[in-house]
Amino acid sequence: MRVVIWGCRGSVASPGPATVRCGGNTSCVEVSLEDGSVFVLDAGTGIRELGAELAERGTRRLHLLLTHLHLDHLEGLRFFAPLFDPNVEIDLWGPRSPVLGLQERIRRSFSPPLFPIDLQDTPAKVTFHDVPKVPWRVGEALLTASLVVHPGPTVGFRIEADGASVAYLPDHEPALAGRFEERTRDWISGGSIADDVDLLLHDAQYFEDEYVERLGWGHSSVSSAVAYAEAVGAKRLVLFHHDPTHSDETMQKLESEARSLVEDGEDPPTVAREGMVLEL
Amino acid sequence: MTTDRPKHLVHILAREFASNLATPTLIVDADGTLIFFNEAAEELVGGTFAEVGEMTIDEFSNTFAPRHENDDPLPMEERPTRIAFEERRAAHEVMTVTGLDGVVRQIGVTAFPLFAQKDEFVGIVAIWWRE
Repeated sequence: MRVVIWGCRGSVASPGPATVRCGGNTSCVEVSLEDGSVFVLDAGTGIRELGAELAERGTRRLHLLLTHLHLDHLEGLRFFAPLFDPNVEIDLWGPRSPVLGLQERIRRSFSPPLFPIDLQDTPAKVTFHDVPKVPWRVGEALLTASLVVHPGPTVGFRIEADGASVAYLPDHEPALAGRFEERTRDWISGGSIADDVDLLLHDAQYFEDEYVERLGWGHSSVSSAVAYAEAVGAKRLVLFHHDPTHSDETMQKLESEARSLVEDGEDPPTVAREGMVLEL
Repeated sequence: MTTDRPKHLVHILAREFASNLATPTLIVDADGTLIFFNEAAEELVGGTFAEVGEMTIDEFSNTFAPRHENDDPLPMEERPTRIAFEERRAAHEVMTVTGLDGVVRQIGVTAFPLFAQKDEFVGIVAIWWRE
């Protein structure tokens, strides 16, 4: 399993000289498997460049998994090259709302007046799937989606294949649902997604002093992310969804803070960077 | 009986909500299993959730021998929890119960169903009121 980060910024794209190292594109992660399957996690602005790469590779079939429909996770979809290729088949998975299915929800942001083209007029063969309530298989991969604590219907994803597992919880405030350090995993938001996972990509948008001012916004502090990884038994933690105001220098401090919170000998937490490749 | 089945987000949030209330509140999942009650409910139940553990809501309800004011047993089909669970609608009833501590109390029970999606029933919440 190969995991590539194409965008790890939260809230809004923030390109510029201060964010060159971590990157300014919003959430998008590619997971590719030995059998050639391609899974794309979220459609933030990072997906634009991934789309160009997939077109160059000649990828004809892919699965796009959307955690939720906040714009920083969806805004790149309109510029995703495979959508405009009639030879491409895309299975698009994401959460329905309590009253609307995924397709109707996405259509609202992929049609005039927000965009000149209607989603149904894109040439690719797109099939929409409300995420199943139980794990499901795509080829050799076992996928799991579960609703997690974040404003609006939001899921986390787990992909298991090639003897490895990755959990993706880019927008997540589990602390809002109680002290997970004191709970069994079945009572922790996203517990079934991150349980003993090899690689956990998790929201760590804030320092502690920032978090207290933003309680309930749906994001985690760095210490909460580290404690969450410990509570669910994740083997490796990659800190994700960087605040748009955080420069590379600030992100270095955030990483140092995260590392100061884990025991010696453990795999140290790492700040996600655009272009980062993780082989599992 | 306890399970380690992942809890639905609605249950996780309901538990946290209930944990911050001084109103006795019980949470039942879609299988009819009592999965949590809060500290405020402990006094009326006569024990902690850790002591009582998970059990079916009917089994839990029977423990208290719910009855009318005239001491006639309250049939299962008239109990708010059963109505909320079976008929998927809100219900309220005043009843006399005997707690696990042996104390007889008169309480009101309000129960209502939880739907995560229009067609996804995930359980019920029951609130107890001291009459």
